[in-house]
Amino acid sequence: MDKGFDELLQHWKSQKGNVIPLLQKTQELRGYLDREDMEAIADVTGKSPAEIYGVATFYAQFRFQPSGKHTLKVCHGTACHVNGAERLDLALKTELGVEPGETTEDGEFSIEKVACLGCCSLAPVVMLDREVHGRLTGDKLKKVVRKVGT
Amino acid sequence: MEVFVGLGSCGIAAGAREIYDTLQQELSGRKLPVSLSATGCIGACHLEPQIEIRTEDGGRFLYGELDSEKTLKVIQEHLIGGQPVQEYLIPFDYPYLARQKKIVLANSGVINPESIEDYLAAEGYTALRRAITEMSPEEVIEDIKTSGLRGRGGAGFPTGLKWSLARANAGAKKYMVCNADEGDPGAFMDRSLLEGDPHAVLEGMAIGAYAIGADEGYIYVRAEYPLAIKRLELAISQAEEKNLLGSHILGSGFSFEIHVKEGAGAFVCGEETALMASIEGKRGMPSIRPPFPAERGLWGAPTNINNVETLGNIAPILRMGASAYAVIGTEKSKGTKVFALAGKIKHGGMIEVPMGITLREVIYEIGGGIQGDKKFKAVQLGGPSGGCISESLLDVQVDYDSVTATGAIMGSGGMVVMDETTCMVDVARYFLSFTQSESCGKCTFCRMGTKRMLEILERITRGEGKMSDLDQLEQLAVKVKISSLCGLGQTAPNPVLTTLKYFREEYIEHIQNKACPAKHCRELLRFRVIQEACTGCTLCAKVCPTQAATGERKAVHRIDQTLCIKCGLCYDACRFNAIEITTGEVAAEVAATGVKA
Repeated sequence: MDKGFDELLQHWKSQKGNVIPLLQKTQELRGYLDREDMEAIADVTGKSPAEIYGVATFYAQFRFQPSGKHTLKVCHGTACHVNGAERLDLALKTELGVEPGETTEDGEFSIEKVACLGCCSLAPVVMLDREVHGRLTGDKLKKVVRKVGT
Repeated sequence: MEVFVGLGSCGIAAGAREIYDTLQQELSGRKLPVSLSATGCIGACHLEPQIEIRTEDGGRFLYGELDSEKTLKVIQEHLIGGQPVQEYLIPFDYPYLARQKKIVLANSGVINPESIEDYLAAEGYTALRRAITEMSPEEVIEDIKTSGLRGRGGAGFPTGLKWSLARANAGAKKYMVCNADEGDPGAFMDRSLLEGDPHAVLEGMAIGAYAIGADEGYIYVRAEYPLAIKRLELAISQAEEKNLLGSHILGSGFSFEIHVKEGAGAFVCGEETALMASIEGKRGMPSIRPPFPAERGLWGAPTNINNVETLGNIAPILRMGASAYAVIGTEKSKGTKVFALAGKIKHGGMIEVPMGITLREVIYEIGGGIQGDKKFKAVQLGGPSGGCISESLLDVQVDYDSVTATGAIMGSGGMVVMDETTCMVDVARYFLSFTQSESCGKCTFCRMGTKRMLEILERITRGEGKMSDLDQLEQLAVKVKISSLCGLGQTAPNPVLTTLKYFREEYIEHIQNKACPAKHCRELLRFRVIQEACTGCTLCAKVCPTQAATGERKAVHRIDQTLCIKCGLCYDACRFNAIEITTGEVAAEVAATGVKA
């Protein structure tokens, strides 16, 4: 157990409703949640590891495997859907060979499907790491991906 | 002079940060006596990025669709030369702006959301001060009842009544919760308000806490809204410093502390009992009511939960007076409603309109009509819990009861416009796939019923449906509605039921003719080259990911039907409209040509 993680546990230990913040901060620190960390969280919160795993798997935010160097979040909100979000998925599949929920073999890109990024007027949008790209077509998205990949 | 740059999430996505940087660099480089501030969402998202210039004599100039180059011109001609650049100006009588009535969003895009001084200068926290120092909690509740305010989260429960129920429950410990788990895909009202005017929400919460007798509060925000979270946390610390939150607020006996809780991505947590379970650190699954949160809520204590926009109305009501507020709107729906207007609309964005306005006015006068002047088909209200309203109902008034009568719901404020290229069967499938995957799994009919309904819809969109599927969909819909514990399951069938009611012929086209009239459902489409229009530019062949589109330069191209995955890239890329999308009988003929289409 390293210092950063240990501090986290100590900081949240006695606060009520601490399970989800602990999982969130751990994921922020590590990039994902592994079994050992979840067991440690179970220890300090007085819950069983099964309960902690149950909470973690309930919420879409938590990952149990490391994600790629870059994350592409393809928005599938209503506005993006009617403006062609599915075509963006298809473009990513032909460009990178992976579908939402997967990571490319070289570990460069993870693709996620998200419900709504709230930029509906720019639909369809994709969030690449922290930057939102709007008014995309399959071709434009491929160019965005190629620019980062090189 | 002052310059404000709209730095809401969508402004930033459209490039507002670059505009801000350009302004900052130029203003400091040239040592101009102009102050530069960030503000929240100005609202006209279709014109992002936007800036507003305010002059000492009260002049206000709004610029839209800027880029760095245009910004330099505005600096040169307006900030230095004193002459507004007419070609980039958005006139204030622009119908998109002029038809709105801003109460909740009055400060959004006007003040700097990161400055409590700005909020105070806009009469901020005066309502809280008056409530605490001059009014009893009962009087506050009475005022909210008089105003006629109903919950803006969707269901429209009277806010004053909710507060009085929470007040009536004795208990030393009570909680005031703000539901900012805005999960409806296609809705971003709460995000805009939290980003644009976070103090207004805090003030509303504090007034509510005073009214019901709570000393602790939570704001449950979606993790997907990092900017809103950041601004809320900043606003809380500013308010605490000024003793507008915290212990013994303004020297009174009233103390109130607010925590921000980040959601972790579960749509069902917008339901109040699931939301509380999530705050407590559990799986966000709803529980049976009663007991209602007002009796036994968070950690067993009486709890009151209000939506962000509802809370945004509180301080304005106390400031303008409850009876003045009650004049706005219709008999049973008072005040205004904020909508996120999006989809195939010309002028999309955040709008706030008086209750009672018609959908036609919203779509055609404020929204400017349909993109590309295509034909209007439907407007979707209320997200996955709502429904699609057809053209014949466009004169329906926007108020809780009239909208509910159509089979849709007012919802939290998503308003997505659809045109002739939107397939209504696919829309129903889309919403159901959303609710199906977000169902927490507790109730069998919600868990399994939505799955079976989704399978039927998928079958229909693939052209494998039967007419009896439609009856089965309707039967399942009723069963899911009556056998689910929470709003998610109770409303999940609404998109299916409303599309079946208003767009049944589209379902029948899919089933009987294997045709998707909107040309959206991929399995029912075939792409072909219109020989007379093709110039042999080779663009389609270049973008085609499967080498289905091929041809020599300057010769007519063709699409190999055995290789085509119908991704539409060639259709988007072709500059001569030489790619045709076919469906139904024609598609069957195209498919039969195999490699020669």
